[in-house]
Amino acid sequence: MDATDTLVEVLRSEGVRVLATLARTIGDLAVAEDALSEATITALDAWPKTGIPDNPRAWLAVVARRKALDLLRRESARAAKETAAFRWGTGAAADQIEEAIEAMEPETSLRDDMLRLIFTCCHPALGREAQVALSLRTLARLEVPAIARAFLVPEPTMAKRLVRARAKIATARIPYAIPSDTELPGRLASVLAVVYLIATEAHAPTGGDAVARVDLEAEAIRLARLLAGLMPNEHEAVSLLALLLLTSARTSARTDADGNPVTLADQDRARWNRAAIAEGSAWLFEAVARSGGVAGPYQLQAHLAAAHSTAPSWEETDWARIVGLYDLLGSITANPVVALNRAVAVTERDGPAAGLAALKTIAGLEYSHLWHAAMADNLRRLGRPGEAAGELRTAVTLAPSEVERRLLQGRLRAVRPDLG
Amino acid sequence: MTQYMALLYYDRNQYWDSPQEAEFSAEYTEFARRAIEAGVMRGGEALHPVAMATTITVSGGKGGDVLLVDGPYAEAKEVLGGYFLLEAANLDEAIAWAAQNPGAWRGKIELRPIAPIHP
Repeated sequence: MDATDTLVEVLRSEGVRVLATLARTIGDLAVAEDALSEATITALDAWPKTGIPDNPRAWLAVVARRKALDLLRRESARAAKETAAFRWGTGAAADQIEEAIEAMEPETSLRDDMLRLIFTCCHPALGREAQVALSLRTLARLEVPAIARAFLVPEPTMAKRLVRARAKIATARIPYAIPSDTELPGRLASVLAVVYLIATEAHAPTGGDAVARVDLEAEAIRLARLLAGLMPNEHEAVSLLALLLLTSARTSARTDADGNPVTLADQDRARWNRAAIAEGSAWLFEAVARSGGVAGPYQLQAHLAAAHSTAPSWEETDWARIVGLYDLLGSITANPVVALNRAVAVTERDGPAAGLAALKTIAGLEYSHLWHAAMADNLRRLGRPGEAAGELRTAVTLAPSEVERRLLQGRLRAVRPDLG
Repeated sequence: MTQYMALLYYDRNQYWDSPQEAEFSAEYTEFARRAIEAGVMRGGEALHPVAMATTITVSGGKGGDVLLVDGPYAEAKEVLGGYFLLEAANLDEAIAWAAQNPGAWRGKIELRPIAPIHP
């Protein structure tokens, strides 16, 4: 990490903490965001000359609250009625807010403020796209152009999405609050789903040519770390971090030297990131210890990722264990993709005839290239290349990205060289 | 406090006045009684079916001809069938109340924050 990277990292990790508390004390997330953005610009200008302050968070907090008060004074100069609608609290005047900030509790309340910020950004009254955008902008402190690029949307589209989301938080009064104990399980599931979605978007981008967008993966891990750190007793949050680390360990092996995708079976396992596997396994161990024997869907997926990550080769993978884990996962999620992955493991455990039979029982994947590719694999192994080629041709037309199309075309040529 | 307009939408075939919905009328009344008692409900009523609706337009601007259409503004499978005004501290509180109104399971309830326009 060079000096600029360190500086940016400090600004991002401390910035979100400053924002969380500022949003509570001034009662307005949008103003807090603007104030922090201004403070960040000030820091980017000052810190390269002075060096990073000993306590960068305190520095940022002081500058950001000053900026916030400036913004609020400017705003209160406008019609009082207009601004009143944009407050969570009592619509306090700038002076009262200054008092409130003076009385701001330190470290002890920071965790609660961070949770308030997270649950607000992922509130179910916001659409999934808005939750994802807010999580990356507000929680991970990514800049708008980077988020827009990651999701392949024009920058103004992403900017508008964020403006709309913040306006809804203010106008519809989405509370800046930690959910009650009864609401928490559902609300936490929503937060974890957002982070998982960011990770899967990194894993299998739709459209475009990059096999894996490492940036989004790193952002998902960053958010998962934040959640696991804030809620160490929520075992599914810990499991999600384990899952993302274990999956990320394989990222560099998922493409060959020419940028073509390499499936798990063919990956060079020497290229897997051992440190990420070790860390992911350690978090999984923690999650198991805290779950009291009742595994959630993220823990089961983490176990699956761990089973693959620790296998010396595709052939020497513990397929019986993997089928068992998919059985458990299928019993709590009823997702056809889980059934598909289970069928692939059945092929390895019991042979292609059993795998083919398992695939045929799955409904709802007629338009999935993965299902047709799995059908083709079993048919090929059963010595039925004609039928395999037919499935692969269907898979090629259904493939959502160019890289996957290329991979499937390669398999089609291998099955029926005459059809190239 | 923020005011939310709760708009109750029903499938045309499952409108509140259809015979099979009659058994729920007591629950609507009970909801209103509790919500008014708790001080969160600021009025609300049911609307007669869209067949009773008249849609008006003044063409060509203020003072122009009043044009009438027999029926609702928008023909849709799901129609507005009632409303009530909620006053709550925040959206979570408003959602918790609205979810207790039978309209939320006999149809759908849309919650819209009120933008005050009176001086």
